[in-house]
Amino acid sequence: MKTLGIILNSAYVRGLVGQAIFTFAGIGFVGGIRTALGLEPNVEPGVVLGAILGVIGFLLFAGVLTDWLKWIAGKKTPLKHGVPEGKPQWSRYLNVDVNHKVIGIQYGYTSLLVLLIGGIFALIFRLELAQPGLQLLQDDTYNTLFSAHGIVMIASILLGVGAMINYLVPLMIGASDMAFPRLNAFSYWVGIPAVVLILSGMVVGGWDTGWVGYPPLSLRAPLGVVLFLMGFYLNGLSSIASSINMLVTVAFMRAPGMSLFRMPIFVWAATATSLIQFTATQTVGVALTLNVMERVAGLTFFSPAGGGDPVLYQHLFWFYSHPVVYVFVLPGLGIISELLPVFSRKPLFGYKWIALSSLGIAFVGFLVWAHHMFVSGMNDALRIPFMMATMFVAIPTGVKFFSWVATMWEGKLSFETPMLFVLGAISVFLIGGVTGPILGTIPTDLHLHDSYWVVGHFHATMFGGFIFPFFAAIYYWFPKITGRMYKESLGKLHFWLMVPGFWVMSLGQMQVGLLGMRRRIADYDPALGVQGTQVLITIAALIIGWSVLIMVYNLVSSARSKEMAATNPWGSRSPEWQIPYPVPEFNYEVPFEVVGDPYDYGLAGAEYVQMQGAPAPAGD
Amino acid sequence: MGKAKHYVAVTVLVILATVILRIFVLGPVYRLPFAASQQAGPIDTMFNAHFWMISFLFALIMVFMLYSVFVFRRKPGDNEMGPYIHGNAGLEIAWTIIPTMFVVGFGIWGAVMLNDLTRPNPQEMTIRVWGQQWAWLFEYPEQNGITTPELVLPVNQPIVLEMESRDVLHSFWIPEFRVKQDLLPGRKTYLRITPTEVGNYKVRCAEICGLQHSIMLADVRVVDQSEFTAWADELMAAPAYAELTPAARGEIWYTEFGCNACHSLDGSALAGPTWQGLYNHQVELEDGTTVTADDAYIRESIINPNLNIVAGFAPNIMPQDLETRMADKQAEIKASQGADIDIIADIIAFMQTIEQ
Repeated sequence: MKTLGIILNSAYVRGLVGQAIFTFAGIGFVGGIRTALGLEPNVEPGVVLGAILGVIGFLLFAGVLTDWLKWIAGKKTPLKHGVPEGKPQWSRYLNVDVNHKVIGIQYGYTSLLVLLIGGIFALIFRLELAQPGLQLLQDDTYNTLFSAHGIVMIASILLGVGAMINYLVPLMIGASDMAFPRLNAFSYWVGIPAVVLILSGMVVGGWDTGWVGYPPLSLRAPLGVVLFLMGFYLNGLSSIASSINMLVTVAFMRAPGMSLFRMPIFVWAATATSLIQFTATQTVGVALTLNVMERVAGLTFFSPAGGGDPVLYQHLFWFYSHPVVYVFVLPGLGIISELLPVFSRKPLFGYKWIALSSLGIAFVGFLVWAHHMFVSGMNDALRIPFMMATMFVAIPTGVKFFSWVATMWEGKLSFETPMLFVLGAISVFLIGGVTGPILGTIPTDLHLHDSYWVVGHFHATMFGGFIFPFFAAIYYWFPKITGRMYKESLGKLHFWLMVPGFWVMSLGQMQVGLLGMRRRIADYDPALGVQGTQVLITIAALIIGWSVLIMVYNLVSSARSKEMAATNPWGSRSPEWQIPYPVPEFNYEVPFEVVGDPYDYGLAGAEYVQMQGAPAPAGD
Repeated sequence: MGKAKHYVAVTVLVILATVILRIFVLGPVYRLPFAASQQAGPIDTMFNAHFWMISFLFALIMVFMLYSVFVFRRKPGDNEMGPYIHGNAGLEIAWTIIPTMFVVGFGIWGAVMLNDLTRPNPQEMTIRVWGQQWAWLFEYPEQNGITTPELVLPVNQPIVLEMESRDVLHSFWIPEFRVKQDLLPGRKTYLRITPTEVGNYKVRCAEICGLQHSIMLADVRVVDQSEFTAWADELMAAPAYAELTPAARGEIWYTEFGCNACHSLDGSALAGPTWQGLYNHQVELEDGTTVTADDAYIRESIINPNLNIVAGFAPNIMPQDLETRMADKQAEIKASQGADIDIIADIIAFMQTIEQ
């Protein structure tokens, strides 16, 4: 009974109630005014106000804004840390908590849950594509599902990136928490009503614009598109807030002695990611705002009929949405660089080059957005410089690959599940990497643009750059988070299902793309000769789906086991593995000092961190 | 010494793996459609170069990785560290500079080829392409402005497509021709093609354009020059509109204004209600009321499509500008042929001829 009470009174439930109440209040308010003024019935302005108020309602009812509102009223509030009195430890995860490890785990399980939702969408329309003709779905439901799959997965990936950064960065740099703990909680919690908005957009008519929402189609699409655009906007807000927090934390809260080039390599990746989030997200906010304003208030920005330009939207959109793919993959590539030395028992090859290549990718990533528009009708004079810039992305990415294989070379490799996923990540990200330049050179892109080749390329970069490394990270830090070890046999089963499954899916998508299969189509022409491959892709996708469920089972059942894991099961030099489970509320009871380089495996007597002084006497 | 052995082995394996990958693994993947345009020639050469590069780069990294996995694996009970090698500036510079040369090379090659692909040709023939949700219409200004829902092209004739959308973004793609270009509302875009193989193909819309995007296709016929001339002459010689029956004119308007994209004639369900069994029959509307699809109702529905939405269908799908476009067409016929045509009346007459 008490358990049920805690769940019913959790921030999730309270927030959702608040969101519902405020949403309907907003719809009713605008509807009432419109009726009173005798305007023609149009539900959309009400839905927009309702959506905005709904998010505020969620945050208010969940308690995210409580401290800030009290400050405005002139009351000081202490930062509440630790388990609330009289409540079990697990209740922290269901409520607004300011500890970075709690928030990191909240990000993590939310990311996995949203990943499963987006994955189920994909499996449904994959089944539809197994045969030509429409069997399971209609055009409108198909379009809604593929559109939602895109944006839901993006939300999931942003949450997963948040999970890794929040949990790991303060631990790795020896900080007691993030710089702005309340803002950290806000960044996470504002993502929940964002997902709710996107999912409710599917219910109220859906939408058929894909995740890009190009006008003028977005101006004619069903009502769901408005909620999708607003949910997308909120994800951006969450990104900006968390990136500020992360940059300040890394800039000011590193342990003594941790110079920039002595930071764990993941922190470099997280920094590069945050720099992109902090500087690029605003433009997509502009694009989405103008899009909603044009649709709802009739202000013309993109319709040529009213003097607008649909290509302008694409520039604003991709100025963020290209760099954001590096937000998705840089942390994952950081995980690969972080784990390889541990399982190879060898220093990370070319640490500085890898660190700077993350910044290089982030920088070049800003100069290539228009390669998404090679056939859009933009000026020809823009196509060639963007082609050259796009080709240059290969260089810092290549540096990473070469450095990884050089790290493994002559090492003493072992193959526990995290390492397997790292190797899988390299192979899959490599598929994504080598299939990129053919899209970068415009003549070949003229054929491949908007074909399934792009779908294959993109999924290979996302799985190799995010999904595989994220899973590697989950297995790797699972003993740190839960104090228990996952089941190695199930981990290996997960890997051996997912890797071949992904290879088949990826190569299949590329083949049908070359043959002429377009993206985002509910049905295809059997004359293209792609049906056999479509069946293979669907089977591979189902195998990937099942393998992820095996991981979820593994994590849940292992977390409940009684046997405790060793403090440092991987023999890592990183500071978080030097302290036993559970990690204290403020991380390190004794601060550490950095006295060496992070990856000096094989250098006799080399230390990375030294715990300072004597531990504080307990109970004093 | 011992180390050299590893490098020799890896070099041999990379070469072997490149060839095996290219032929046996990527062979079944690398399946471009039949090449039917002059543009496909150089583009396919570049595809070939890319596929060899893909094979080589994949082999290079994977052979090094898998070699390490099999040869440098930790033996059971071995708790020693690996050798302390933390980097090599020379190597890093090499694997920065060499790929740079490759990507710059590909970039220059791409730029030169793009320039060739987009260069105007003095002999080229212009065809206008109109995209609208979910139909294509082709207009031949050099053949007296004849319009047709299928694209007929004379073989070996350089063509410039002058394209524009009536509503949302679309993209013109014939996979056998390799090149692609989006259509924008309110602005013309251009695509140059020279078909080289007689045959039947399809235009496939490649930019998501809403509900029926997947079936936005048009037939393409590439024919001999003489057959093309005969075809065009026949269409140009079509009788004056005034000499056709209203129902025959209505059938022309049915494709010219893209009605066919959403309204079937055989009862099958598309984005709009079928016209089979529609005329003078009862229609149930979204608000629950029932009306008779008489002349006045049909006229109203064409002029103001969002006024009455048939139950089970969505608003905002049908073009809102049909009245203007039809008026323009009527004025054009009036100016060229002196005939007074009522397009909506023609369409209603056509509806009455559909098997009920």
